[in-house]
Amino acid sequence: MSDLIRQFRDFFVSLKLTVVLIALSIVLIFAATLDQVNLGIWAVQQKYFHSLFVLWRVGDIPVPIFPGGYLIGGFLLINLIAAQVYRFKLTAKKSGIWLTHIGLILLLVGELLTGLWQEEFALRLDEGETKNYSESYRSNELAISETTNPKFDEVVAIPERFVARGEPIQQGKLPFRVVPKIYYPNAALAARDANTPGAVPTPATTGIGLQATATPLPLTYKQNERNAPAAYIELAGPEGPIGTWLVSADPRFPPQSFEYAGRTWKIAFRFERSYKPYSLTLLKFSHDRYAGTEIPKNFSSRIRLNSPDGRDDREVLIYMNNPLRYAGLTFYQAGFENDDKTTILQVVRNPSWQLPYIACSLMTLGLIVQFCIHLAAFIARRRTAPSAVA
Amino acid sequence: MKKFIPLLVLLLGALYLGSTLIGPRTSTSFDLAGFGRLPILANGRLKPLDTVARNSLLLFQGRQTVVTPAGVQITPTEWLLDVYFHSDAADRYRTFEVVHPDLLALLDLKTEDGDGKKRFSYLEISKKIPELERQARLAGPVDSAVRTTFQKAVMQLYGALVHYQRLKHTLAPPTTEDFLAELLRFQKLLPTGVAAVRAKQAGKPHDEETAKAMIELGQRYLFMSETTNFLAIPPTPDVAEDTAWQTTGQSLLGAFQRGSVDSSVLAYAGLGYAWRQRQPEQFNKLVELYHSQIAKRFASQLAKSDTETRFNAAAPFYSSMSLYVAALLIAIFSWLKWPDILGRSSFYLILLAWLATTAGIATRMWIEGRPPVTNLYSSALFVGWGSVGLCLILEAIFKNAIGSVAAGITGFATLLIAHHLSLTGDTLEMMRAVLDSNFWLATHVVIVTIGYSATFLAGFLAIIYVLRGGFTRSLDKASAEALVRMVYGIICFATLFSFVGTVLGGIWADQSWGRFWGWDPKENGALIIVLWNALILHARWGGLIKARGLMALAIFGNIVTSWSWFGTNMLGVGLHSYGFTDSAFMALTLFVASQLALIALAVRPLTKWRSFQSM
Repeated sequence: MSDLIRQFRDFFVSLKLTVVLIALSIVLIFAATLDQVNLGIWAVQQKYFHSLFVLWRVGDIPVPIFPGGYLIGGFLLINLIAAQVYRFKLTAKKSGIWLTHIGLILLLVGELLTGLWQEEFALRLDEGETKNYSESYRSNELAISETTNPKFDEVVAIPERFVARGEPIQQGKLPFRVVPKIYYPNAALAARDANTPGAVPTPATTGIGLQATATPLPLTYKQNERNAPAAYIELAGPEGPIGTWLVSADPRFPPQSFEYAGRTWKIAFRFERSYKPYSLTLLKFSHDRYAGTEIPKNFSSRIRLNSPDGRDDREVLIYMNNPLRYAGLTFYQAGFENDDKTTILQVVRNPSWQLPYIACSLMTLGLIVQFCIHLAAFIARRRTAPSAVA
Repeated sequence: MKKFIPLLVLLLGALYLGSTLIGPRTSTSFDLAGFGRLPILANGRLKPLDTVARNSLLLFQGRQTVVTPAGVQITPTEWLLDVYFHSDAADRYRTFEVVHPDLLALLDLKTEDGDGKKRFSYLEISKKIPELERQARLAGPVDSAVRTTFQKAVMQLYGALVHYQRLKHTLAPPTTEDFLAELLRFQKLLPTGVAAVRAKQAGKPHDEETAKAMIELGQRYLFMSETTNFLAIPPTPDVAEDTAWQTTGQSLLGAFQRGSVDSSVLAYAGLGYAWRQRQPEQFNKLVELYHSQIAKRFASQLAKSDTETRFNAAAPFYSSMSLYVAALLIAIFSWLKWPDILGRSSFYLILLAWLATTAGIATRMWIEGRPPVTNLYSSALFVGWGSVGLCLILEAIFKNAIGSVAAGITGFATLLIAHHLSLTGDTLEMMRAVLDSNFWLATHVVIVTIGYSATFLAGFLAIIYVLRGGFTRSLDKASAEALVRMVYGIICFATLFSFVGTVLGGIWADQSWGRFWGWDPKENGALIIVLWNALILHARWGGLIKARGLMALAIFGNIVTSWSWFGTNMLGVGLHSYGFTDSAFMALTLFVASQLALIALAVRPLTKWRSFQSM
């Protein structure tokens, strides 16, 4: 083995590297925790943990200032595996360390997979309402649907980032081009009285945009708020512009209908939807408080679960610490609103959800084994050398 | 002779603890203890009036003692009786702490006029209540984390005054001379009165005066019911639900339908009459009668409420604090003289204090029906309990008084922290739905808290090493080596518990929120503790640190743990930020600074250490 390779190997096997990596990860986690006040939990995860480097914007140029979660995690993984291969023999005395380290390797891999695969949606249901889709917490989409046929809608959903780009969008199913004129990542809506002479000018030429305007707002990172983007969208057919609509992802802002080419259309900016091959109906939402207080005692949703193939048609009760796991998704009781008439379920897809369980069981077992080995040695030493007691 | 000293100390300590179980002697012939035991439903929990009195006083002024303008010290229950039934007297007691200079100026108060230069009476404050309300309206919408000290002081005092108003409207309207007579008149008037009001509403002939009197009373009781949220009146026998307690005002409004005033309302009015007229015999008779009346339906709740009253009076955590201090002093002294006798004496005192906290925690668990840690206050109790428990084991093995010193410091410090955390109100709170799972509270929270205790303990043992080795000549080679082994062992223990606890937290989060790990501040705090302990162990195994390095890192563990315990709650983001802390930031900063100074001491070259100079 050449010197260079040996040095390289020694670097990755060394405990010094381990200590440095642990120290770096502590600093990273600490900084990320403090930054949550500014960025919110989701953005912090992207910036600090699901990245190779933490970037700092100097002017417009992002400068890497600290290793990110993927980089530290990756080095830790290499360090662990290298140490396992070169340093530790598989003996009974080291069995605890082996178990702990293998568990840790699994945990790191699991966190990587979770970062890549996990998806979260919200499902809001009013009492009696049935839905077969959940909505994204962050992403929005511009949905243009043809509603001519009463039996079904044909929907073209344009992700928000294309709207943000502002370039004309041509889609085969639409007989017109979609031209995003103005886009605000977060906006406030205000009423506009078109009849008064001094009314604010609006880019909209038709629809609700004549009675309402959108003004940009700073992006919010608070955990209990979400950004409601708005846009002025022009639709243009071969013969010229059809009109410019104001659309907003604010849930109070309804979809707008219009006629074109003898067909009926609907345009809406909405939370990105994820459709399911089954539907959920909220039968009853219950919310108990402790007597004489506003402290929630428990809340639960009684749901009817229906799949069109008829295989599933049953009632389920979702409450705190008791989610529904169905079809690879997990439905959790996340909140409520609208005077206890609406339930909010969190819908999570995380195909690697078992990995942390396995990893942590291995690590816990390993730590207990190692702790007991040390303890036994300590007691044995004291038995043989009682004079050591001060 | 000398060998009996430890046993004598043990006996004295036990006598001291025993004496706290005997209730305080009072000079009055009123059955105050009996009144204090009566239950009331407040903040979702049935609790004795004694607890209401003590918690209210802690909220108002940070202490439970009240001195009347005449200079007589009265018990919390006597104070509460005056608030309920003799509010013109209670309004003159100086029970509201105001220290912020701007707030004092706003209220037109001068520091030197207050009791202890900070306590003022309701009467003195009341002139400026409209202005205070205006300030509270201004400060209210501001996020509590970013309020100025003045805004915080305004909100604190305003909250205290609202609470005081609620207390005053709990059992009787504060202005009535003789509420009992009023109720008896009301009772008599009810049949004709209700008929008169009905007739008036139907536009039929009626006795105008009776109807008017009825409507006025109705408005009066409506106001009472809206002003308080203390549910003092137990449900009537026809109501099945045990938690359906009512305010006195609600019950009186219900009397219009029922046609009679509830006997509990009358009982309290009678107690009020006897209290105002200074008739102890009648008072005591009524307390007894009312107690046995409630006992028919709420026997098990009364048992808890009785125990809670005794627990309040015994104040086991307060006695433990005194014992910890005594033990600490004796243990330190044992390093200078009579190591064996004094060492054993302090060990016994620590054991007694630990048993007293164990009993205290167990009582709280029984009253609440919950595992030991349910909020920040109980976590402080439990961190101390776990840490002292570990110290007792260390001391039993090593017998060098180091465990006792560490126990004295950590035991006292955590109880002190707990005392400060108790000033915000009732420490036996109801669990929010998110946390309502005894299984996870018993596993995740308990184990993670033991991890905190162990990490703190390692840090305090390291401090002992640094101070004793650096500034005295008493740290001999054997003790120094023993300390290194102790710190190392405790860090191993801390790694195991903080890791397992954190993992269990992840499983809980996966079960209830749908993700194993969410990078929530509290989760990150726990993870940092695990990582820090792992770092110390790996640095030790890699030979990167020796004794002093180990100590320095262990002391830094104190900073890490205190940040995770309190600092993360100050950020106010994330699902875990239920532990409400507002003013602890300064204390945390000072603590961190002191720990950094100790680390600086730990990394000085060996030649500067007095104990090691001769080696």
